[in-house]
Amino acid sequence: MQKANDLKEYREELRESLDNDFLRTTLDNFAVAYRAGRANAFKGMDVRGLIDDIAASKDEAGRNSEALFQEFKENAEAAGVHVHFAKDGDEANAIITRIAKDAGCRKIVKSKSMTAEETLLNHDLEDAGLEVTETDLGEWIIQLRHEGPSHMVMPAIHLSRFQVGDLFTKVTGSKQDAEIEKLVKVARRELRQKYVEADMGISGANFAVAETGGIGLVTNEGNARLVTTLPRVHVALMGIDKLVPKLHDALRILKALPRNATGQQITSYVTWITGANECLAAEDGKKEIHFVVLDNGRSELLKDPLFSQVNRCVRCGACANVCPVYRLVGGHKMGHIYIGAIGLILTYFFHGKDKAKNLVQNCINCEACKDVCAGGIDLPRLIKEIHARIQDEDGHPLPSFLLAKVLKNRKLFHTLLRAAKWGQKPMAEKDGFIRHLPMIFSKEHSFRALPTIAETPFRDWWKENRPEVKKPKYRVALFSGCVQDFVYPEQMQAAVDVFAANGVAMEFPMDQSCCGLPVQMMGETKASRDVAAQNLRAFEPNAYDYIITLCASCAAHLKHNYPKLVMDKPALKLKADAFAAKVMDYSTFVNDVLKVEKDAFRETGEKATYHAPCHLCRGLDVHDAPRRLIEKGGMAYVECAEEEVCCGFGGTFSMKFPELSAELLNKKLNNVEETGAQTLLTDCPGCIMQLRGGLKARGSKVKVKHVAEILSANRK
Amino acid sequence: MSSKETLCQKFKEKAELVSAFVTEIDSEDAALKYVIELCDKKEACQLLASGCEADLSDDAGALCDAKQTKVIAAPGLNKEIYKKLAAKAKKSGFDCIDSGMRDHLAGIDIGFTYAEYGIADTGTLMLDCPGEEMRLATMISEYHVCVLPKSKIRANTYAVEKMMLTRMKKTPDYLAFITGASRTADIERVLALGVHGPLELHILLLEDN
Ligand code: SF4
Ligand code: SF4
Repeated sequence: MQKANDLKEYREELRESLDNDFLRTTLDNFAVAYRAGRANAFKGMDVRGLIDDIAASKDEAGRNSEALFQEFKENAEAAGVHVHFAKDGDEANAIITRIAKDAGCRKIVKSKSMTAEETLLNHDLEDAGLEVTETDLGEWIIQLRHEGPSHMVMPAIHLSRFQVGDLFTKVTGSKQDAEIEKLVKVARRELRQKYVEADMGISGANFAVAETGGIGLVTNEGNARLVTTLPRVHVALMGIDKLVPKLHDALRILKALPRNATGQQITSYVTWITGANECLAAEDGKKEIHFVVLDNGRSELLKDPLFSQVNRCVRCGACANVCPVYRLVGGHKMGHIYIGAIGLILTYFFHGKDKAKNLVQNCINCEACKDVCAGGIDLPRLIKEIHARIQDEDGHPLPSFLLAKVLKNRKLFHTLLRAAKWGQKPMAEKDGFIRHLPMIFSKEHSFRALPTIAETPFRDWWKENRPEVKKPKYRVALFSGCVQDFVYPEQMQAAVDVFAANGVAMEFPMDQSCCGLPVQMMGETKASRDVAAQNLRAFEPNAYDYIITLCASCAAHLKHNYPKLVMDKPALKLKADAFAAKVMDYSTFVNDVLKVEKDAFRETGEKATYHAPCHLCRGLDVHDAPRRLIEKGGMAYVECAEEEVCCGFGGTFSMKFPELSAELLNKKLNNVEETGAQTLLTDCPGCIMQLRGGLKARGSKVKVKHVAEILSANRK
Repeated sequence: MSSKETLCQKFKEKAELVSAFVTEIDSEDAALKYVIELCDKKEACQLLASGCEADLSDDAGALCDAKQTKVIAAPGLNKEIYKKLAAKAKKSGFDCIDSGMRDHLAGIDIGFTYAEYGIADTGTLMLDCPGEEMRLATMISEYHVCVLPKSKIRANTYAVEKMMLTRMKKTPDYLAFITGASRTADIERVLALGVHGPLELHILLLEDN
């Protein structure tokens, strides 16, 4: 659970996680194994299509949730089940406590239910004098340790076999070895005894099917079947998000859920309970069944045009499985009760702003979660939006406020950048790095060297050197982004060289400015809108075939976010749509549109590896083009492990969480160095800044370049 | 291969991937023989495999002591087959029961059932068990042996959707998809079988054209 009061305390907590070697190794191994397992489980299936179908069906269910609840209730009641509606967690807990009291229950066995974690049900039941035992092995372990879950599907993933062995020694009163097989058997016997004694069973539900009034439960251990069979009373607690109209909708989700959660094709057990079943422990031979359907803010969420998509979550936990930040710090630091990307969002809605305010800043915006989500939820966007909302309510921190102010005024921003060039003079070295970090950076930032501002920005160079292209094949506008304009103009120059040689006429609209992603990342929505409007005014999309940028982050932001940012200004929105449609990244343009050929470049045969920027591979779904260009450009491409995993830059993220950024970078660079390549290529100046700075700090010989630079250098 | 054979193969392949034991048989007698032999082969101290050898708390330990002979539970069989099975069990010195599962919560050795359908693309058994005895037999048994007539194998869950709905609408209903043995990966993500339910799942594919 999240306890930190402010960002400082939160960062201290994060450091503890970073120092936990066991946790780090487990999560690393898991992340790698998960990717392979998932790919295998979905092999040959149309995953995108399936996710789209799930999203559409859940959206529809969300729109009709009230009617669905009525239908579910009627059908369930007709089959002898009692149905309750709880508006919040306290009410749900009170209902369940009363059911237990009325039925004279004393001992309860529970099978896993995230919803019960959300309402902190066990506390209330125990306060009422009831004995509650979790029967899911992982849940039982953390219950015995008085902890919260650290993963939605594997709640005890943070513990070692030795810790579990010690725990079981305490529980059984006799010494237990740390052998997993044996520990599992001990749990089997100990828990079997609990089922025998229990008079009430509590479960969650993965599906509440309106057309039958029944529920579906997805488990591997089989405990849900025992919990819903042996005790004479059964209570199932579920959020209204579990309602689906038809059995078919549930079966469809079932295709994705286990595959996405653990890479299984299906879980060992899927249990469908409809109506008050036979129970030989009950006086009348029938089980007393209650369905408690929980709102707790969900219906409010459903009304929100942006956040209603949260209803699509099927609680597979995949968004945590792929999150590079979760992988570093684990669930107790990456969520309150619900963890991972969805956890950051649900924490805000279910547990409040105070619990969420630090967590939401700990997202690097790499989009790995969005890419894998079974419901196709745009998780990073929602996380950023919550960050912005919290700042609007709580006031904006000074740095973010200042950056917003500066970026809104292009002239001021560019003047400051030019001034910085003079300011840095005493600290600059000839190799393009700053020798000593300026005072505003603390020691934690020394994991990478920072670049100096270039002598001549691209915009000044352009004025003098703009090439004339006769009989152009294409007309394009260049969007440089601030880093390439002011720090790495040579990357833009390299692109201009190859473009001119291939019959591309270019424009560089002078009124363009920073794309605005940094302020968006800092939760400054207003500034991010203003900057977008400025840039849109600077470009005349109809005059070009394409708008090309060499920065993956700019490209993704221009393409996907601009139309959303100016949604409320109809005229600008039209322009933004036209603009977005023309935005293209460098590699796609050169490989797919210009279709450059191998024989146009000198073959050096030098080994080069690649880093895939998040906003290129996931943001724009570009995978092949840059790798093809590396080979066409005369280099020998060697694949790097975890090539599509974030390098830890994340713009302002690396300023706020330098320790995490350093760790992500560290992993990345280890993988890079392992390839034995002398050159590392990528498609984003931000990544280049991070990677180059890290390699410099390590004293490595590996050179980092933009793909555009080698094409220009090797052009015949 | 006929489409039935293809489905059968697929089912077998998928079920074996999740560590189910799949055997093709050509008669119900063969199924009974399989059960008796399996029960015979099981450890003399039946519960060994499931944790009684471990140092347990006193209460859980007492539950282990409650069991004396090997037990085969076969609720829901048709009378004739049940009679045959019971006779064979008796000859081998096992108890055979079709009710009273609650008196055996320490565990029964073998639960013997028939599946309603098989789902090929995941190797899943579909069992409808509104009756409690049947449900318990498939859960508290150490080995679950289930007969699946080949003619009942369907391609995927959508193909059994109608059947499921018919059953669900005749409430109450308790329907289960069972795929492989009970499993957990909760400790260090290491796969361990039989955490609450059966340690082994044996599927007997019955030729029934
Ligand atoms: S965008 Fe990346 S860092 Fe943020 S929650 Fe998703 S996976 Fe984690
Ligand atoms: S948000 Fe998506 S990936 Fe995360 S748990 Fe929910 S469905 Fe799974």
